[in-house]
Amino acid sequence: MKYVDEYRDGKLAANVAQEIRRIQTKPWVIMEVCGGQTHSIVKHGIDYLLPEGIELVHGPGCPVCVTPLEMIDKAHAIARRPDVIFCSFGDMLRVPGSDGDLFTIKSQGGDVRIVYSPLDCLKIARANPDKQVVFFAIGFETTAPANAMLVYSAKQQGAKNVSVLVSHVLVPPAIAAILGSPQNRVQAFLGPGHVCAVMGYSEYEPLSRQFHVPIVITGFEPLDLLQGILIAVQQLESGRAEVENQYSRVLDRGGNKSAQELVFSVFQIGDRKWRGVGMIPASGYHLRPEFAEHDGELRFEVAQIDTRESEICISGEILKGNKKPHDCPAFGKQCDPQHPLGATMVSAEGACAAYYTYGRHLKPEPDELKLTSISSAGAA
Amino acid sequence: MCLAIPGKVIETFEQGGMRMGKVQFGGITREVCLEYVPDVRVGEYVLVHVGFAISKVDEEEARRTYELLEEMDQLTELNAPEVDGIPSRREKP
Repeated sequence: MKYVDEYRDGKLAANVAQEIRRIQTKPWVIMEVCGGQTHSIVKHGIDYLLPEGIELVHGPGCPVCVTPLEMIDKAHAIARRPDVIFCSFGDMLRVPGSDGDLFTIKSQGGDVRIVYSPLDCLKIARANPDKQVVFFAIGFETTAPANAMLVYSAKQQGAKNVSVLVSHVLVPPAIAAILGSPQNRVQAFLGPGHVCAVMGYSEYEPLSRQFHVPIVITGFEPLDLLQGILIAVQQLESGRAEVENQYSRVLDRGGNKSAQELVFSVFQIGDRKWRGVGMIPASGYHLRPEFAEHDGELRFEVAQIDTRESEICISGEILKGNKKPHDCPAFGKQCDPQHPLGATMVSAEGACAAYYTYGRHLKPEPDELKLTSISSAGAA
Repeated sequence: MCLAIPGKVIETFEQGGMRMGKVQFGGITREVCLEYVPDVRVGEYVLVHVGFAISKVDEEEARRTYELLEEMDQLTELNAPEVDGIPSRREKP
């Protein structure tokens, strides 16, 4: 087993889709939480394989998308400084702030570098002792162990020229915010497999109980997603609401204890603002006071920046599962990945960007394309 | 962003007080931090995110999930109606 190809078998996928069709009797709305899942669903056309009546809506789980504009502007203000080497994951470079993106700053002479791992920043800092190395520490729980290790190691090694600009968000408070909204349409969730690889899934159990909603922790390959949807539909049809784990080859209920330990020694939970959604209480990580000397926000004292979002953009409604990219008059017209108006178009994992990348701005709405019968695919 | 890729550990070593390893993804090999999978051994698979192994891939669980899916495949074939000995396309129930 290589754990990839096996989960892309078209024949098995068609059979799982057929099984979903067989057991489904009512319409259901299911949200995949993670942007990586959204991308995989749109790329592989999983939603087109589903019967009419099973609607997938796309969740807020894209950290690049939900990083607030003022945080991006702060990053840009720091990256423009001549004494700074600004390091980031590649996906943040194209995200526009109020005045250009990190690529623009790089082209204007700013020292902006893409790193594969946060630990690369330590090497860069050692090689450039006269410069300040700042890492844009964004992400969900999946990325927190890597970012925490950078901060922890910088302190251990006395790397005083390393700091981080933290914009970390958490999945369970976002699910609670969606379920608590009076406009909520979501009846079941595909839980984020890689977030749960780190955190486990026990923290989803109270949510499932309180809101009586199935949460199926799901992987990212086509068969994972289809099986996750099948388990969700089985629960919905039988009136059950539990947390189930489709992704058992990667995670168990407790998650990765040694990763959690380091994350909580470096970060503490606090309020965070989500782009397109607004402030969600206790929805993110902040550095613990013992690591304040590595806090980029404190080190560079960037003033509070006022920003304005597009008035047409409906990304907030899309992130909450209330609307789809096609509902936006700007989608594929004034707004595309080169000129994004808001959160869901700024990263490849945003719902609007995924729809655009796979040509859905050129096609009718997915519901019109849905197969009324998958029997032809099933017989392949 | 939460992309994580399974790869095979082909070597482990210490670097700067940290447990590191070489992990193979198809034809590509990368250095990966193994601090969060302290019991991983050479030959096992790990799930790697931004240069860190965040979990081991459990071969038995992977096989179990896959077998469940394959069973569904066999059931579907058994359920398919036959016409003159030739399996036909399944009609919408």
